[in-house]
Amino acid sequence: MQFDLRNSLHSHERNAPLAGVAVEKLSPRRFSLRIILERLLRLAKPFRWWVVASALLSFATIGSNVGLTAVSAYLIAKAAVAMDVTQLSLAIAGVRFFAFARAAFRYGERYLTHLTAFRILTELRVWFYRSLEPLAPARLLQTHSGDLFTRIGADIETLENFYVRVVIPPFTALLVTAGMCAMLGIFTPTLAFIFVLYMLLTGVALPGLTQWMSRQAASEQIEKRNALNMLLVDSIQGMAELMGFGQADRQRNALLAQSAQFHRAQERLAMSRAAANGLSALFTGLVSFFILLFAAAMVNEGALDGVYLALLPLSAIAASEAVQPLSHAVQALETSRAAAERVFDLIDASPNILDPIQPLPPPQGHTLSVRNLYFHYPSSAVTAEPPVFNGLSFELHRGERLAITGASGAGKSTLAALLLRFWEADSGSILLDGQDIRAYAADDVRTCIAIAPQAPYFFHATIRDNLLVANPEAGEEELIEACRHAQVHEFIAGLPQGYDTLVGEHGLHLSGGERQRLAIARMLLKNAPIVILDEATTYLDADTAARVWKALDVALADRIVLILDHNELALSHADRVLRLMEGRLVDSGASGRRGCTSVA
Amino acid sequence: MFSAGASNLNPAATDAGARRLLSIAIFFGFTAGAMLVAQAWLFSLIIESVFLQGQTLAETASLFGWMLAAMGVRAAALLMETIVGQRSANRAKQALRQRLIEHLFRLGPIPLQNERTGDFIAVASEGVEALDAYISQYWPARILAVLSPLFTLLVVFLLDPWTSLVLVVAAPMLILMLALIGARAKALTEQRFLELSWMSAFFLDMLQGLTTLKLFGRSKEQAETIRQISAHYSATTMKVLATAFQTSLVMEWASTAATALVALEVSYRLMAGHLALAPALTVLLLTPEFFSPLRTFALRYHAGSAGKAALERIHAVLATPVGQLQPTPAPTTNAHLLKAASKPQSLGCDLLTLPAPIHFVHVSYAYAAREQPVLQDCTFTILPHRRTALIGASGAGKSTILHLLLRFLDPQQGEIRIGDVPLAHIPIDAWRAQVAWVGQSSYLFQGAVLDNLRLARPTASDEEIVAAAQAANAHEFIAALPDGYATRIGEQGVRLSAGQRQRLALARAFLKDAPFLLLDEPTAHLDPQNEHLVLEALERLMQGRTVLLVAHREGIVNTADDVILLKDGRATHFKGGVNAIRSSELTSFS
Repeated sequence: MQFDLRNSLHSHERNAPLAGVAVEKLSPRRFSLRIILERLLRLAKPFRWWVVASALLSFATIGSNVGLTAVSAYLIAKAAVAMDVTQLSLAIAGVRFFAFARAAFRYGERYLTHLTAFRILTELRVWFYRSLEPLAPARLLQTHSGDLFTRIGADIETLENFYVRVVIPPFTALLVTAGMCAMLGIFTPTLAFIFVLYMLLTGVALPGLTQWMSRQAASEQIEKRNALNMLLVDSIQGMAELMGFGQADRQRNALLAQSAQFHRAQERLAMSRAAANGLSALFTGLVSFFILLFAAAMVNEGALDGVYLALLPLSAIAASEAVQPLSHAVQALETSRAAAERVFDLIDASPNILDPIQPLPPPQGHTLSVRNLYFHYPSSAVTAEPPVFNGLSFELHRGERLAITGASGAGKSTLAALLLRFWEADSGSILLDGQDIRAYAADDVRTCIAIAPQAPYFFHATIRDNLLVANPEAGEEELIEACRHAQVHEFIAGLPQGYDTLVGEHGLHLSGGERQRLAIARMLLKNAPIVILDEATTYLDADTAARVWKALDVALADRIVLILDHNELALSHADRVLRLMEGRLVDSGASGRRGCTSVA
Repeated sequence: MFSAGASNLNPAATDAGARRLLSIAIFFGFTAGAMLVAQAWLFSLIIESVFLQGQTLAETASLFGWMLAAMGVRAAALLMETIVGQRSANRAKQALRQRLIEHLFRLGPIPLQNERTGDFIAVASEGVEALDAYISQYWPARILAVLSPLFTLLVVFLLDPWTSLVLVVAAPMLILMLALIGARAKALTEQRFLELSWMSAFFLDMLQGLTTLKLFGRSKEQAETIRQISAHYSATTMKVLATAFQTSLVMEWASTAATALVALEVSYRLMAGHLALAPALTVLLLTPEFFSPLRTFALRYHAGSAGKAALERIHAVLATPVGQLQPTPAPTTNAHLLKAASKPQSLGCDLLTLPAPIHFVHVSYAYAAREQPVLQDCTFTILPHRRTALIGASGAGKSTILHLLLRFLDPQQGEIRIGDVPLAHIPIDAWRAQVAWVGQSSYLFQGAVLDNLRLARPTASDEEIVAAAQAANAHEFIAALPDGYATRIGEQGVRLSAGQRQRLALARAFLKDAPFLLLDEPTAHLDPQNEHLVLEALERLMQGRTVLLVAHREGIVNTADDVILLKDGRATHFKGGVNAIRSSELTSFS
């Protein structure tokens, strides 16, 4: 029922974090900065000339501004002493040139920078997908949480910023410093020295210092924000409990207190940002001040023509434009580093499934046998768990149906994962057509097996596309037949756009039962000799489930069928029913459709 | 400082403290701008003195001194602008969060189920945070974009009226061009964000479906698809961006062209002797400063539109109607009853002489979204100290009855009476204290097991909690957790199985020790072993209480004394348990 909180949300979903809530975790430092920079730069190697060109355009933009300021100041000073307009003509041309060049360069720089960023982002995504593909799902299960992928998607977008915000600005600043030194050096090296000192102070020391000062405040702010979000999630999802137990007032006060704490952390962070703003403005003022002071002394001594007096400090102020992005660069470096650490951490896991060098030809799926299987999840930090399988054995031939029952968490789904070669057993073996599955290519093994899982995934695509993932060559008739068997054809045909209805976030919202029936149709479409039904009908009502199982009896008559379930209806459609207990299969006491319960 | 129209948009304007702080921040920002004008004037005076009049450093020392002072004041003003701006934003955010949270608790649990949970959290957290930059950056920039250029213009006018004319002509042209492009750029920016979000959604979809792709042997070929889609979106986004960049082109060009124009115009008149060097140089330096607040405003414009969008969402949430949870009696009676709630010896408790039968009298309820009422003229009685089972097909209104009893909802017609007292006359808190409730899956809060249990009775001693856990068959597994009762559970702690969670919920009910017990299919989603443990504890819990049991499975229904069957919005009462119903009728609902 639509408005029933208890029915609409299942236990694990209720305690899962909600998408769209920033619950950031501060990951432990595991890579040195040097290694991260090296790896990131290596990734962008094909784009190095794009990056260089962007930096050069950025330099030209700032250079034009310096030129415009300097030439204008020179023009005015010269005009005060000139007798004839012709003496000014070169300066006038310069003013006009730089005024237009500045705008043109700015446009070019922004265009190129963004284009570069997008190209890099595309490559990063492909690179990440390629690196992740061999790891799914075994290596991902350990870290699997609802928002892992959202998080990692955002991380990859953050890395795009690395090249634009971290790599280009220092490069530009270096070019500007060199150019300014060359110009100021013509007059006297001391002026160049003052400018370099300023660049070091404002571009390197100040951002480094504020970053160092604000690091604690920043992590405190993230911490407080996470705590606030967590409390909000708790309050909303646990609202019924809070009101039922009369705790609403207490929770409300806790929320406001947490929000106030978060704001205090924000104010501490604002303090260091404010100090950086003030100091940066002060330093920029001081560099012009000292250049003016020094140049004025030179004019007094007659070592410098007074016409250049205004030009020198003003060009230094114009060049300070190159410094501003450096403080952002330090911040961006920090966030890129955190993002890179998470991405590399995920990618660096070695795939636990490796194909043999010379795989056997693809199996036909005539027999499936499991011999003395032993399997243990990599021990988690919290509890040392007993092995999932402790000497598991069974054998199945074409046309046979085995149901394995057991408490939730007994390892039924793990068995499916092992058969599909998502995990490697610790010892014992799984044989397909009498050969160890490790002797085949993993993809060939998977081709042989179709599964209808309890919680199937559907892409943001049409129903048809989602079904054809299983078998791109399937025709319309095959598609409809599979859906008929799964008792979902009528539902689909009743939709305004039928099989072309979009599913997912921006499309049709499927209920648990509809998802399961579609998953069964997809499984049937694959036409594989071995079929696994992993609690595949739990969300169906009794009537529909009975019809699905009846249809499956016919459709899967000549296949090997493995039913993993504890629902009586599902079990009644197996030849044999075994119970998974403490890692072994034991007599279940229940009898299947042929009344045979013996252990194979 | 704010116009009437603006105050609707600025959340800081509704809070006096935030408004004052924002004005102070803007004052500091203005001071920083004014100091820049002073610096330009002092700078020009020094140039004139040294270059044209040949003065020594000693003679110009005071000018240098004033220049240093102006720099110091400017730096301090910038520092204060940031700090005070953040304070102002924080005050306004806190006030808004308070309103949102209070609204949330007024809404209660029922309206929050409509998939808007994530929405609400996003609004209360990211939405309110989007106002941070809106208040502390966008608003000062917006005000200063008017004040500072006007001040600069005044100074330029005093120094050289002709140049001020150039600025007066340039500024409206610039603003006009920006407005023209701005409207288009806004649409383009929105389109760009849309394209970008599609691109990331597609990528995420591939990552989330990786296992599925692998199951069907389609995972490797997807890398190329990702490249193609990503490249396609990049190309369209670049087209959008290229137009958006025209804004910055215009901005840049207007500023540099004005500088060039002023430089040329001033130097001609300087040469002709109509103007002195110091004012000439000053107006040149002030020309880019004239445009700079406008540029700052343009840079922060995005924070503005993001803030406005967030504000709209916040107001939409605040406008969600707060159901019919207002008690029906007249306000005076209502206040009287609420007062009674705080004094246990008075009316609130006098009314509640439990055990009392609970009567549903002609109760009807329809969810606004549906035309067909869920409950239609329902009349039945739950007798004290008996177990009443509530059965019916899913959607028949079983949960609605529980929500009515918990007063998460109130009947639209008819009434519920506890003994002789209408439920609506009893203060909500006093009533809820009499009811314990265990659902299909109870929510566990982030935190220690102990805190989760203590929720049911904050004053409970450790011994009482352990006793309740034992009664609920939960003590054994809690003791086996790494830190026992102090173990953190939830996302950042130990994950519990559905059965363990359900037993914790039972322990809460034991702790609450309320005379009236509501059970909503407490053994659904449990495997047989856990079901057994939960049933055993339930049996203990139900002793000596009035129980209303929503059930699907025959097992529990069999233990009921009475059965209420819900069908087509109406209730049929069967005294004497499940045997009283014809078996055909029962099986069609089980």
